[in-house]
Amino acid sequence: MNHSLTILTLVPFFGGLVVAGLGANQKNLARGLALFSSLITLAGAVCLWANFKGASGELQFVEKFDWVPSLGVQYYLGIDGLGLLMVMLTAIVTPLSILVSWSIKDRANVYFALVLWLQAGLFGTFTALNFFHWFMFWELGLIPAFFLVKLWGGANRGPAATQFFIYTMVGSVALLLSFLAIWLATKTPASPGSFDFIQLAAMAKSGELATKLHAAFGWQQMGLLIFLGVFLGFAVKVPVVPFHTWLPNAYSEAPSAVTMMLTGVMSKMGVYGFLRILLPIFPEQIRLVLTPLLWLALATIVLSAFAAFAQRDLKRMLAYSSVNHLGYCLLAMFAAVGAATGVNQPEIQKAAALDGVLLQMFNHGLTASALFLFVALIEKRSAGRRDLEDFGGLRKVVPVLTGLMGIALFSSLGLPGLNGFVGEFLIFKGVFPLAPWAAVIATIGLLVTAIFLLTLIQRVFCGPLNERWLKLPDLTFSERLLVIPSIALMFVLGIWPQLVQGSIDASVVKLVQQLTF
Amino acid sequence: MLAWTIYISFIGVLVLMLLPRDNARAARIVALFTAVLGCGVAFAGAIQQAQHTNLGDVTTIVKTSWIPALGASYYLAADGISLVLVVLTGLAAVTGILFSWNIEKRTKEFFAFYLALIGGVYGVFLSFDLLLLFMFYELTIIPKYFLIARWGSTRKEYGAMKLALYSFVGSHLVLIGLIAAWVVARTQLGHPSLDLMELSKISLPVGFQHWVFPLVFVGFAILAGMWPFHTWAPTGHVAAPTAGSMLLAGVVMKLGAYGCLRVAMVLFPEGVREWQWAIATLAVIGIIYGAGVALVQRDFKFVIGYSSVSHMGFVLLGLATLNTIGLDGAVLQMFSHGIIAGLLFGVVGRMVYDRTHTRDFNDLERMNVGKLIPFAGVTFVIAGVASMGLPGFSGFVAEFQVLAGAWQVYPITAILSGLGIIIGVAYTLRAVQKAFYSDLPPLAHSDHDAHPMEPITVPERVGAVLLIAASLAIGLFPGLLMNWIDPCLKSPMFARLLNGGAQ
Repeated sequence: MNHSLTILTLVPFFGGLVVAGLGANQKNLARGLALFSSLITLAGAVCLWANFKGASGELQFVEKFDWVPSLGVQYYLGIDGLGLLMVMLTAIVTPLSILVSWSIKDRANVYFALVLWLQAGLFGTFTALNFFHWFMFWELGLIPAFFLVKLWGGANRGPAATQFFIYTMVGSVALLLSFLAIWLATKTPASPGSFDFIQLAAMAKSGELATKLHAAFGWQQMGLLIFLGVFLGFAVKVPVVPFHTWLPNAYSEAPSAVTMMLTGVMSKMGVYGFLRILLPIFPEQIRLVLTPLLWLALATIVLSAFAAFAQRDLKRMLAYSSVNHLGYCLLAMFAAVGAATGVNQPEIQKAAALDGVLLQMFNHGLTASALFLFVALIEKRSAGRRDLEDFGGLRKVVPVLTGLMGIALFSSLGLPGLNGFVGEFLIFKGVFPLAPWAAVIATIGLLVTAIFLLTLIQRVFCGPLNERWLKLPDLTFSERLLVIPSIALMFVLGIWPQLVQGSIDASVVKLVQQLTF
Repeated sequence: MLAWTIYISFIGVLVLMLLPRDNARAARIVALFTAVLGCGVAFAGAIQQAQHTNLGDVTTIVKTSWIPALGASYYLAADGISLVLVVLTGLAAVTGILFSWNIEKRTKEFFAFYLALIGGVYGVFLSFDLLLLFMFYELTIIPKYFLIARWGSTRKEYGAMKLALYSFVGSHLVLIGLIAAWVVARTQLGHPSLDLMELSKISLPVGFQHWVFPLVFVGFAILAGMWPFHTWAPTGHVAAPTAGSMLLAGVVMKLGAYGCLRVAMVLFPEGVREWQWAIATLAVIGIIYGAGVALVQRDFKFVIGYSSVSHMGFVLLGLATLNTIGLDGAVLQMFSHGIIAGLLFGVVGRMVYDRTHTRDFNDLERMNVGKLIPFAGVTFVIAGVASMGLPGFSGFVAEFQVLAGAWQVYPITAILSGLGIIIGVAYTLRAVQKAFYSDLPPLAHSDHDAHPMEPITVPERVGAVLLIAASLAIGLFPGLLMNWIDPCLKSPMFARLLNGGAQ
């Protein structure tokens, strides 16, 4: 059996152990090892991608062993296009984040170890297919993230980290209770219950799951209650308005390198959960409360766009913009589950919407982490200042920074030719026929996003130059090297989206089939 | 073989008595040697029994007649559940000694009481005769009292007295109930018997069970920290010396829970069913109340003390489910809480308090403890994470099964306990932040500039690593212990209890 996914997860995990074991004074070695480990995993992820059979929507690189037979727990790993995409994203963002925090001084060994453990947690979450150990990694990612914010964050880091942790834990407990109920319902005298996502999805499709839940708890709406528990777990993580209030605090207090990881990859854990777990296992329940869910998605899109518009802090603005971008994913996912009666060729529209979701996840990860990378570079020059009012006219002193960050901002805005466009385009293409009214309302979000991103560009880079930044140094050679890969990828994926789509199409088609019955 | 765990501990007590008064080093070594030997015997015996017999059967170790007139015999035996707790006791004993390596005051008496307590605990877990069990149970009260009253801190006489009184009240309730059961059983059997196996086979009158069960159950549950009889626990834990709190939380509270399961529930299955809802309610109140009170403490050790009440609530909730998975979870939670609470008390009492001489968060916040003794910070974070029930650690598998069991009988208790878990996360995070990673600037001229904190010693490191490894091992491979517990729950002894219940 192929163990590539296990190895991919274990490399950063043990890398973190080694780095943590170094003394606090071996800073150079610590960061060198951390970078080395993250580059190995990047190479590993690229190998996975190269060996991935994109034409097949089946799970690949599967590993499956019994783990705790009496509880029905298996060690079950595998990726399809969705998993592959998320693994790639994690592998790309982590080395960038490590490079951005290259000059960290305080307890560098612990810092880099935590980053590597976070990466291990993410890999685990994106590859595990059995609730038991998927949950282990889901939670494992939380601890390093908490400490990265708590120990290296800004002035309000304590409350921000706690809020982040508690919110996520509330969701996690809801998830846990829901899956326990599912496990009990699928239990038979002869065999333990099921934690297997794939098996549960099959049971949901055949209607068996609903019958069993009803039989076990004797209550018709039990399925709905359980759905709400799982939904809460993921809604906090994505986040969905109104469960989002932890996010701006956590993103703005975290060091920018950590925010890159948080927004680039961790926020995708929630969307991934929706796609891998919620949609396949609870399509019926989603359909039951589809309209409220669509409204929640719209609220996420529109309110966060307005909230971003009202921010004066660069990081908070980008944080809200992150919520906004993931809101489109929510919209498309919910719309894709809808019954789609009277829609011409609903499968194609649904596939387009879900294709868009996957692309949006990847592209947003890439773009948002690049944006926070630029914020990190600005903060480094401005001694931590990042208020919109503090700047002005920077394009005159730092033209290269302005140009490159401009590209990233336009990618975020969804300019055709850059990566951000493809995902949003497909999402709207799919959602328009499926839920026209929702698509129309969502365009308000697009409009406001354009406004606040342009405002950002105007306030920071254009207008009269603020005198205090006269001597602001432009990007150094190594910094340019650091940002070039992301920028290049933005163009590549914008012009040639097939590069990614090739490996996800088959998986999306399979997902759509699962939702149709 | 397992009986030697008891004998070895008491031999250790005798050897310690014979040592010269002021040779602290020798006392420590003798104590550690005894505990390690006991722990080794516990492990070896448990593994041997697991290999050669069906763990669901109660395997007799010794059985000789003792007081024929009462039907009492010297009857030591073990099944899988006993084995789990015996192994836990072994681990707790060794690590407790490692964490009290620095006791200088009357060292040999300290360890003598300590080993006597351990011997009594082994005895309870291995006794299958009610009188014998009760004697061992009582025997543990005396060393507990002296350990706290002499070597404790913070209102130690009060804490010791409260603990002793609560324990006595509890054991008297148990005694009354057991005498009543003995009388009724004698008329039924035709001869007097205190043999647990024999008594577990007869059905006492239902009406009788209904009123005797609460006496015996509450009597034991007092020691398990059941709300509202829990108040001895936080004060006792806080007043006790580190090793004392480790044992109190680690194994003594388990004595109570074990008594509830092995005696009260096995003997009076109809009584349990009658009172099932009440136990579940009190358990859930304990979970939430304990966690809530832990959230607002200023004293670091009180946080852990109340967290114990909350975690023992899960044990009681598991017992109240009356289904296999819930009971499985309850026993596993006994083990898990023993390990994790031991570790938490070790960090707070030994690593932090012995160095900072304060447990007040307001002081600790300004001491920068996390940077001065990073090992303590990291250990506490790991223990805290394990205690909040994160997957990968033993607490998760245990609470997971308890919750699954609770879902089956009283879904609302499962949801409310979920709330308890969330509060648990909150108080753990609060403690982590206040005690170790506070952002407040250190006091300008605090003591520790002049006297740097003593580095973490080797025994502390070994103890911490042992406990973390045990928690991780069970968290990742719960089968290790579940294979011991499961067969017991399928055995005839528990069949009556489980089959009639909501399954």
